[in-house]
Amino acid sequence: MPEKFDVIVVGAGPAGTACALTCARNGLNVLLIERGEYPGAKNVMGGVLYRQQLEDLIPEFWKEAPLERPVIEQRFWMMDKESVISFGYKGLEWAVEPYNNFTVLRAKFDQWFAQKAVEAGALLINETVVTECLVENGKVVGVRTDRPDGEVFADVVVLADGVNSLLSKQLGFHKEFRPDEVALTVMEVINLPKDKINDRFNLEDNQGCTIEIFGDSTKGNLGTAFLYTNKESLNIGVGTTLSSMIKAKLKPYELLDYLKNHPMVKPLVAGGESAEYLAHLIPEGGLRSVPKVAGNGVVVVGDAAQLVNAIHREGSNMAMHSGLLAAEAVIEAKKRGDFSETSLNSYREALYNSFIIKDLEKYKDAAHTFEKYPQYFKEYLPMMNRAASKFFTVDGTPKRDKQKEIIKSVTAERGTLRVIQDLYRAWKAVK
Amino acid sequence: MNLDDYRGVWVFIEQNDGKIEGVSFELLGAGRKLADKLDVPLAGFLLGDGIKSLANQTIAYGADQVYVIDHPVLKHYRTESYMKGVIYLAQTYKPEIILYGATPNGKDLASAVATDLSTGLTADTTMLDADVEKRLLEASRPAFGGNIMATILCKKHRPQMATVRPKVMKALAPDYERSGQVIEEKISLKEEEMRTKVLQIVNDVTKKTNLADAHVIVCGGKGMGDLQNFQLIHELAETIGASVGGTRDVVEAGWLPHEQQIGQTGETVTPKIYFAIGVSGAIQHVVGMKNSELIIAINKDPNAPIFDVATYGIVGDAMEIVPQLIAQFKSLRTEKGGEVSYA
Amino acid sequence: MHIVVCVKQVPDTKIIKINPKTNTLDRRSAPAILNPYDAHAVQEAVKIKRKTGGTITVLSMGPPQATAVIKKSIEIGADRGVLLTDRAFAGADTLATSYALSKALERINMDLPIDLVICGKHAIDGDTGQVGPGIARRMDIPPITSVIEVTEVNQEEKTVLIKRKLTSGYELIQSEMPCLLTVEKEINDIEYSPMPNMIKAARYEPIIWSVNDLENVDRTQLGLKGSPTIVGKMFTPPRPEGGKKLEGSVSEQVSQLMEILMEKKDLFTLTSSR
Repeated sequence: MPEKFDVIVVGAGPAGTACALTCARNGLNVLLIERGEYPGAKNVMGGVLYRQQLEDLIPEFWKEAPLERPVIEQRFWMMDKESVISFGYKGLEWAVEPYNNFTVLRAKFDQWFAQKAVEAGALLINETVVTECLVENGKVVGVRTDRPDGEVFADVVVLADGVNSLLSKQLGFHKEFRPDEVALTVMEVINLPKDKINDRFNLEDNQGCTIEIFGDSTKGNLGTAFLYTNKESLNIGVGTTLSSMIKAKLKPYELLDYLKNHPMVKPLVAGGESAEYLAHLIPEGGLRSVPKVAGNGVVVVGDAAQLVNAIHREGSNMAMHSGLLAAEAVIEAKKRGDFSETSLNSYREALYNSFIIKDLEKYKDAAHTFEKYPQYFKEYLPMMNRAASKFFTVDGTPKRDKQKEIIKSVTAERGTLRVIQDLYRAWKAVK
Repeated sequence: MNLDDYRGVWVFIEQNDGKIEGVSFELLGAGRKLADKLDVPLAGFLLGDGIKSLANQTIAYGADQVYVIDHPVLKHYRTESYMKGVIYLAQTYKPEIILYGATPNGKDLASAVATDLSTGLTADTTMLDADVEKRLLEASRPAFGGNIMATILCKKHRPQMATVRPKVMKALAPDYERSGQVIEEKISLKEEEMRTKVLQIVNDVTKKTNLADAHVIVCGGKGMGDLQNFQLIHELAETIGASVGGTRDVVEAGWLPHEQQIGQTGETVTPKIYFAIGVSGAIQHVVGMKNSELIIAINKDPNAPIFDVATYGIVGDAMEIVPQLIAQFKSLRTEKGGEVSYA
Repeated sequence: MHIVVCVKQVPDTKIIKINPKTNTLDRRSAPAILNPYDAHAVQEAVKIKRKTGGTITVLSMGPPQATAVIKKSIEIGADRGVLLTDRAFAGADTLATSYALSKALERINMDLPIDLVICGKHAIDGDTGQVGPGIARRMDIPPITSVIEVTEVNQEEKTVLIKRKLTSGYELIQSEMPCLLTVEKEINDIEYSPMPNMIKAARYEPIIWSVNDLENVDRTQLGLKGSPTIVGKMFTPPRPEGGKKLEGSVSEQVSQLMEILMEKKDLFTLTSSR
């Protein structure tokens, strides 16, 4: 006789676990199903964890979670072939509790986080693939797994099965992605001794640095790269939309190799030992890509609901928050004993009133703007680098003349009117 | 326990159907060195039914003394009967060191004996030495997945015992002029008291991989990249009539069955020619093949440790080199009415 | 029929790395798993139970997180599991390990008499294969190592028929029960666990015993104190000189190699391509 749970959560990433944890804490009978060998085994993220959303779930989590380093410095690089314009902020207020954000290794962090859900009473099952949702009379009533006697039933199924959510596609909640809606991110963990990291990034032991890289890191394609410091390793990665990749006939590892060998990056990673290589799809379509998130007996959370802010590189915090909101809706639905779409739509409402959808709304045009007008990456970044070089080179020319010269060269290259148009468009996209 | 009561180096002479296992001769060779270093006699001990005649051979291979227990109940190896004999001998004559071959029976016997004698036992040793001053056996073996060696000591218990990998130690050339002492012992064993019976012994030569007896082995490693590329290993082996082996990685990736694994946890081999292709040369692999006569290594990485044990090395891409080798061998072949010979 | 399977949690040696500078184990990325041979031991117990009925108990010794391998065993089909965990057991070699496990088995046996003990052939982190026979000696039951088939279990006669692997071939052994088997990987294929087992395992809370839960324990035989062997030193063996690296283009190197090999051409049996 197959078992029936209150909730089945598919996928033990940040979204699924946050949802399972919250449901279990509220006394619901929760089954959390993970396809990997353990939670985190198949997850990739740049590796920055924002504090607030996790703290909502686990107060003062930093005292026990397997975090790498609190981030005390965030740098942004505008990179050209042999130069970089760097700006950023470093503040010691981020080096003390409650901190701002952290670098994490997902393989460790996700395991710990899922363990919290287990401690709250959720049942975690690994190495099990959910092959489909069981639908009866238009309502999702459970899931079928790839195991013998693999059917399990529940009042609500929470889909947290990642960006390429086959289950929400099966339910017709969203269509196949367009290649410009997803970014392909490739990432490598590079082992490097602690002292070397501290020296190269000017850090103390329990301090971390993140570098977000725009420009030549992606060979002029739409996308960004990153370099984060863990305790004794670096996360280096680069992401670009699938469409740029196809257009430029690029292979993901070529992009990563290019980045690692870039003269501005190479000295930071030199001598490291490659520990892991991962590739992953990340939804970057913004608000336009968000599918239907609630149905009869089913809700969709996290990457599966395409909740990622491509500009600010936030994903795990949105995932956790969406998991929490979904859990709250499920708990209410349970009280009412009504798991219909109408009942579960309280999740949709909460989501659209939260920072998540508001942020996605704000940046909804950004990716498209940059995709459509490649000059931002292909022309302005090199231009800015040339300008900076001119400005900082001491050659006897007065600074005022240099400024004039710079402006003249910029407008000469693209024409005054077009520069103004471009600037306006970019400002509109990210304002 | 007075440690000084224990003197002498002993070797378990494993016999099947009246034939001594090769590893026992190897251990007599290694035991000889230890005994000379410690300035004590080397003894072999033999158990079985009608095996007295094997004592001379044991002496020829280096033993000064041979302890023999001959009894019908000992016809086939059984833990319960054999351990009784060994425990009796060890308690009576108090050797300081006992070595066993790391064969299924040798390991089985040593584990049981060690438990009853409450003494230390080191498994699957690949290096043996002795600290003369402290009279300690230094038994070393690959540890932690095989990239490092650990020396195991047993300081306060005697006898110090170890099982030793077959084909790692070198046997002495037999000298049938050597003289030695044969000591016969009797113990009481009753078949009706035995709780296990050997009903049948099946010598299944086909099931056993032909690796152990192969003259030429082509071994592929993870450096072959994928299962499809690994077919080149099979093709080369087939062309030259060699057996195929693989590293632990290859077996775990499912490219080859377990029986074809070479190394610490697989087969130990000593062919005339050993090809190591795309094999990095982790210690756990090397202990299983380093005594091969001629070792040819092909690897992309010039710093791969396999080149340290190779007689000849080629630094390069196996995908490029192996097909050329195959072609060269094929061109050597002439066929005359189905007969294949060298041109 | 009561079958006890002894299992161990081991670092996954496929992934394990040694820090070349300090020669120590890099445990950062090595996940802990159920020793693969022990998984086959549990699976064999499940196969036997299908024919005979009865109970499968798993027993493990290790740190508290080793409950994971007991849960894994429940997934495969065990009914219940005991974890022996206590600082007093720490640092045990094979002799002290078999002592502690045999004391736990004594207690299990008092509660429900044991007919069969099954262990994996060896653990992949130690490769010794000594604990199984050690337990059998301490329980005074016959050990049968390197088992490749459990041919028959006769509950009336209290006997088993076993195929045991030899250096070449195998032998057929009949043994009284209780006895102890250590199994090779080829004895069975691990089945994909059904969903109800997975749920049962996720829910299962292993029985935890400390040294105080065992009776008549001689503490001098436990842990580091009870271990006659110690690790003297760890070392990377000296690299041998190495042979000659061939030089030149690929085809030149291949030609040189062929010249070397032709000295030994009698060893090759060139096969017909037809």
